[in-house]
Amino acid sequence: MNQVIFWGTRGSLPVALSRNDVREKVLAALTAANGKTFKTRSALGEFVDSLPFSVAGTFGGNSACVEIVHTGPEHFICDMGSGARPLGQAKIARYGAPNPQTYHIFISHLHWDHLMGFPYFAPMYIPGNRIVIHGCHKQLEEAFRMQMRSPSFPVDYSQAGAQIEFDLMTPNKAHFIAGINVIPKLQLHLGDSYGYRFESTNRTVVYSTDSEHKLEDLPARQACVDFFAKADLVIFDAMYSLAEAVSVKADWGHSSNVVAVELCQAAQAKRVALFHHEPMHDDRQLSRLLKETQRLEQITRGTHQPLEVISAYDDLIIEL
Amino acid sequence: MILSTREQSGVLVVCVNGRLDHVTSELFNSGLSPLIDRCSQENPPVLLDFSNVDYISSAGLRVLMMASNRAKSQKGAFAIAALKPLVQEIFAISRFTLIMPCYISVETACKVLGK
Repeated sequence: MNQVIFWGTRGSLPVALSRNDVREKVLAALTAANGKTFKTRSALGEFVDSLPFSVAGTFGGNSACVEIVHTGPEHFICDMGSGARPLGQAKIARYGAPNPQTYHIFISHLHWDHLMGFPYFAPMYIPGNRIVIHGCHKQLEEAFRMQMRSPSFPVDYSQAGAQIEFDLMTPNKAHFIAGINVIPKLQLHLGDSYGYRFESTNRTVVYSTDSEHKLEDLPARQACVDFFAKADLVIFDAMYSLAEAVSVKADWGHSSNVVAVELCQAAQAKRVALFHHEPMHDDRQLSRLLKETQRLEQITRGTHQPLEVISAYDDLIIEL
Repeated sequence: MILSTREQSGVLVVCVNGRLDHVTSELFNSGLSPLIDRCSQENPPVLLDFSNVDYISSAGLRVLMMASNRAKSQKGAFAIAALKPLVQEIFAISRFTLIMPCYISVETACKVLGK
């Protein structure tokens, strides 16, 4: 494994920037320019890159879809949120239709925001492609078929051109798939969710979204620390503040940035990516959340090795 | 965990010490629980003096949340005072400052809460 690409990072529901959001960004950029002139496009580009991320960029709005790039020829993808649409387009652009590919897709759970991109995942319509959908829910195949059934969707599942297979995995057991060991783990979420630990010969990535952590449950905490142990990257559901997660949004099945830092520090993970962003949070709020979480890591580090804290955004590419 | 208490201006001031993390938070909870049992409209407000607390984790914050909820359900007053700067930061980052009354000092809290 050498890269992770985030195609969709938003929780619960895809969102898009509004006209007013874009206008605010333009206003902020022009205010920062303060009458400067730029002789070349490159100079302009440098200025834009110097602006805060919340002005020059956006965290994006697609729901969960993450690609783990392996050295082998087969593709590894976590979840089929709406980010699966640009992912599919990128694969078609790169490989073309007449070049069959194998896609391994790991599904955390069957809630719609994690499946809704599949009907827009272009490789599924191309004969010759092979798509293996891995998961731990018994209703895995039915959930995929159901969302493409009339009257919910105009194209029936039977119109898929690719060969689609379903692989029911066993939690807590290592599954050797195309050169990577994949271990699923049951997580606390309504209807159950599963995290996945991907281990190659030299790198470990953990995908853990839609998971609530009950702070009083010490055995569950330790199991989670073991699951994250020494990971190069942990992708973590940090949808709520801790105050929300233990009060008004308790039992809603999500976690916080504070618990992300605590668990990853205890697990001696190298890097954590805040993920499954709250749809109500705009770019400024998410940027602030990242800064606060980095500060929290700094002041609570103690004798731990530094943990790099990042916040995932659509199109982010991480070198492992 | 034994928590020492004193009465000041009609407020029950509870002194908390050390680190409140996932290991010590249950002990903190068991020490605090009997004090919260008596936190009601008829009894003095309960104020936690955090001036000797060096660190609080999510598990410790959860104990505070449970105590606050119980106090509210009994129509009692519950608050925290004298947070060290680092603990204050953790409260702010976790957004506990939005849901938990925090005072700059025990004296300030007693002026507001005391009878």
